[in-house]
Amino acid sequence: MDKVPGKLELFLGYAKIGLLGFGGVGPWSRHVIVEERKWLSERDYAEVLGLGQILPGPNVGNASVMIGRRFHGLTGSLIATCGLYIGPLCILIILSVLYELYGARPGVAPFMQGVAAAAAGMVIGTAIKMGQNLRPPPELIAVGLLAVAGAAFLRLPLPLIVVVLAPLGIWLSLRRSWKPAP
Amino acid sequence: MTLLLQILLAFGTLSLLAIGGANAVLPEMHRLVVEVHGWMDDATFSQLFALAQAAPGPNILAASVMGWHIAGGAGMAMATIGMLLPAAILAFAMQGLTHRLRGNTWLKPAQFGLVPLAVGLIAGSGVIMAQAAGTNWLSFAIIAVSTVFVWRTKYSPLWVLAGGGALGLLLL
Repeated sequence: MDKVPGKLELFLGYAKIGLLGFGGVGPWSRHVIVEERKWLSERDYAEVLGLGQILPGPNVGNASVMIGRRFHGLTGSLIATCGLYIGPLCILIILSVLYELYGARPGVAPFMQGVAAAAAGMVIGTAIKMGQNLRPPPELIAVGLLAVAGAAFLRLPLPLIVVVLAPLGIWLSLRRSWKPAP
Repeated sequence: MTLLLQILLAFGTLSLLAIGGANAVLPEMHRLVVEVHGWMDDATFSQLFALAQAAPGPNILAASVMGWHIAGGAGMAMATIGMLLPAAILAFAMQGLTHRLRGNTWLKPAQFGLVPLAVGLIAGSGVIMAQAAGTNWLSFAIIAVSTVFVWRTKYSPLWVLAGGGALGLLLL
């Protein structure tokens, strides 16, 4: 079911993810890899992202290294990572120069406020969609909800959430796989 | 020690602490850049972070903007390499490890055990963004419409971003 991308396609796909990644690249990464280009299934993608989450660095950036290596080895990792960062870096250079020249301009703020609100909804919608497609068992849904509560409402440090919930999720998932299906 | 080497080391250290991405290391980034090295003041730090948020791409690129502010293009290069390389090497090794272990029956369920954490933290960062962006009824309406649009349809999320920006420009 997976379509193995060529090197150019890998680069272009990741360049698209980086360039469109306003308000965070997470939703775009899933949209391009799972929905648009079908490189990975929802489950495979979520598993790579899960590994990317427990490592330091942005989870999508870590996923680009891992997905790149999976398809084309070290070259693939380099291609995917360069694709992901090259567009945003160019834009950031331009923005940094403009910022130093002009500072803030009126009219930009309300526009950015509207985009920020839409980006928030985009991230929440992506999480709901992934949860729905993945159909995790109830105890893993509970782990997911604990992660939401810890990050968004208790504002716990992320390393703490990862250290507690990663082993818990792995243990619950393994326990279920050992038991024969009823 | 030269300035560029200091930048490389400072962000290289941050890279290994950044479990959960940029927002996880924001306090530590502030401590290093503002308090330890005195490369910029508080206000500049917040503005540069907001600038990085406004641009596309992973939020971790805030490091690049700070590097640019501290030492121009070379500073940006050092900050970006410092921030990305250590984490990328770990991710590369992790992919090799899972590839070697792929025959084991426990690997897939163990990996699936990390999925709720990943999805939960995506939802959590969405809620945090919504708390920051939801300042009035219109922004809450944009958040709600955008959530349902991305959840229920397969259209490109670009539509809601553009629509949200246009509504903000007209009404906010």
